[in-house]
Amino acid sequence: MKTNILIVGVGGQGTLLASRILGRYAQLKGLDCKLSEVHGMSQRGGSVVTHVKMADKVSSPIVALHDADIVLSFEKLESARYLNFLKDGGVVVVNTQQILPMPVICGMKEYPTDVLEQVKTRGINVVEADALSIAESVGSAKAVNVVMIGALSKYMNFDKDKMTEAIKGTVPPKFLDMNLAAFEKGYEI
Amino acid sequence: MKLMLGNEAIARGAYEAGVKLVAAYPGTPSTEVTETVAKYDEVYAEWAPNEKVAFEVAVGASYAGARAMVCMKHVGVNVAADPMFTAAYTGVNGGLVILVADDPGMHSSQNEQDSRYYALSAHIPMLEPSDSAEAKEFTSLAFELSEKYDTPVFLRTTTRLAHSQSFVEEAQRREVEIKPYAKDITKYTMMPSSAIGRHVKVEERENRLKADVESFDINREEKGDNSIGIVCSGVVYQYVKEAMPNASVFKLGMVYPLPIEAIKKFARSVKRLVVVEELEPVIENALKANGIECEGKNIFSVQGELSVAIIKEKLLSEKKENVSLDLPVRPPVLCAGCPHRGVFYVLKKLGLTVSADIGCYTLGAGAPLSAVDTVLCMGASIGIAHGFKKALGEEAAKKVVSVIGDSTFIHSGITGLIDAVYNKSNLTLIILDNSTTGMTGHQDHPATGKTLKGEPAPILNLVDVCRSCGAKSINVVDAYDLKAVENAVKAAVDEQAVSVVICQRPCALLNRNYPAPLYVEDCKKCGACLKIGCPAIEKQKEGNVIINPTQCVGCAVCSQLCKFGAIRGGKK
Ligand SMILES: Cc1ncc(C[n+]2csc(CCOP(=O)(O)OP(=O)(O)O)c2C)c(N)n1
Repeated sequence: MKTNILIVGVGGQGTLLASRILGRYAQLKGLDCKLSEVHGMSQRGGSVVTHVKMADKVSSPIVALHDADIVLSFEKLESARYLNFLKDGGVVVVNTQQILPMPVICGMKEYPTDVLEQVKTRGINVVEADALSIAESVGSAKAVNVVMIGALSKYMNFDKDKMTEAIKGTVPPKFLDMNLAAFEKGYEI
Repeated sequence: MKLMLGNEAIARGAYEAGVKLVAAYPGTPSTEVTETVAKYDEVYAEWAPNEKVAFEVAVGASYAGARAMVCMKHVGVNVAADPMFTAAYTGVNGGLVILVADDPGMHSSQNEQDSRYYALSAHIPMLEPSDSAEAKEFTSLAFELSEKYDTPVFLRTTTRLAHSQSFVEEAQRREVEIKPYAKDITKYTMMPSSAIGRHVKVEERENRLKADVESFDINREEKGDNSIGIVCSGVVYQYVKEAMPNASVFKLGMVYPLPIEAIKKFARSVKRLVVVEELEPVIENALKANGIECEGKNIFSVQGELSVAIIKEKLLSEKKENVSLDLPVRPPVLCAGCPHRGVFYVLKKLGLTVSADIGCYTLGAGAPLSAVDTVLCMGASIGIAHGFKKALGEEAAKKVVSVIGDSTFIHSGITGLIDAVYNKSNLTLIILDNSTTGMTGHQDHPATGKTLKGEPAPILNLVDVCRSCGAKSINVVDAYDLKAVENAVKAAVDEQAVSVVICQRPCALLNRNYPAPLYVEDCKKCGACLKIGCPAIEKQKEGNVIINPTQCVGCAVCSQLCKFGAIRGGKK
């Protein structure tokens, strides 16, 4: 089984926890895994992307163009930026939160209102969720990561028990219940 | 087994190999090596003010007999090059490893120079791992080779190796005895009489290594389809394996010196030989110089990164159509509450020519602040402003100011300041003192009062430094206070001597004990607050602005711009 995942968002959104959980999951499944992150300059509010690959054997740590099974987007606009990475028939799970980029903030550009429509016309299965509100409903905006992991697990047909175990092994014990609730809510998306 | 960043694996490798001392100056993508290794109690680790000093500290530990490592990004080698070229002559006592992280594609750098040329020109062997497991293994090997061949050894990474995670098997640390230090001026005192002798040794050991490298198992041939043979190293090897799993591959673990005879044999076994390497044609040129016919940069660019898609396109003619949507770009920006923002607003308002430097504050170049004129390398802001002033007439020269961060000032700005004073410049120097090395992820430095190990340290007082250098006036202001910044800069620009303005305020990400967010009431839609490009201030379709409470940290720089007092709350 080979799964290529792209986690995209805005620097500072803290997408790193999601990739840590996925790495743990791969290990529990006995799969090889490589992750590639962005550090440095783009963490200052720029567009960021994390690559996650799992398979019996992984070579390149970077997901190749047209080879991602799923894009997990933590921000609406960012979901459209990485379309060329998706395979035909790929899935985009998008947190519909909007974070305005600088050209929009200073009025030079408009935040496109039809991003998701544009993505859909490319024959891509778009799953929308207000992951931020869902996370807040279970206790904290910080659980957005795990809500998204829940949705991803459903659309990638991941082993639910193993994913739960991966979450247990990754998040601090005192936030475990909240995160497990977030995972379940995400799985319902 | 554990998933580890390439950088963490290198730290682990150094630890297991018994490293005693690690010195470094931060620089993406190398920083986490030093941060990780510092967590081990058995290892002494420090941030030095710059790469040259870090290099010398590691050399000292090596001469004294301990295993030592120095870490830097590619451009750091330029700073450390002086001790490095001659350390190649003296050789080592304890093993000495130089970690250098290149940045093809310039994810976080001002150029994409290729460090492999340093290996060639300084005659220092260089290893290049292709994943985290190899990163750990090669680090340990680098120490052994260093001691065996009496030379510093380079360990080269690139961004994708440094910041990718893959599985690593951990092992125990092996304590390595400190070797006795014996005075030997023919080895350790580099003056002409002894350096001449050492240069002979450099050639001897390199010849020895060139012969031995032919049988190193870190260079290996992977037999496949013989219609094409690919020579590659580092993370590019992984791209090749994914793009062309059936090709014959010669994987190099050591990129200098090369196993020329082994590659010749490989070349004879394939119909077409292609070197796939990022950046410069370093391997390709070496093969050609040795009479091995090959292709390389006739196919691949010397710019940017390679990828599976590029390799497939260039070697297999496989290309899929890409779509392009017209989306607003999302460049990195100064954070909400960044103390640099207001200073750049003032500099732009005063119409100054700004010779800036490298750090988060380079982002002052972006719209809408657009306040920066020049950025070259760390520390250059001061020399450049001084040169501008000497070239221009006195009136025009008044418009030029230099802007530098606290860590960068300590790294390589101080000598520039001394030069300006000595040569009677009327330089205006603005130091953005945010109490940290922000850009690379908040490392301490000599003015923060804390060491890399988290211990309290004496605080370098920047006012005293500037005074000792001979600056005539030194004004310390709060970076959030726009009026104070403006008055201080105006006064400094009018001064007929070197004058310094230190804008103080800790980085907004350091102490997150923020006051309440600001809010807007009765906006008059003048747009004045939008000129500072704060990510928390959002213009609405109707022309009014709102402040995003999840972003705003209450710095209240924006409210100083609102003539109508519509921005409320926060401090002041
Ligand atoms: C020779 C060299 N070493 C390291 C770096 C990486 N680097 C870029 S800016 C910077 C320091 C930034 O700190 P500071 O000057 O305090 O500014 P801040 O980012 O905090 O605003 C570093 C370490 C570099 N570009 N060049």
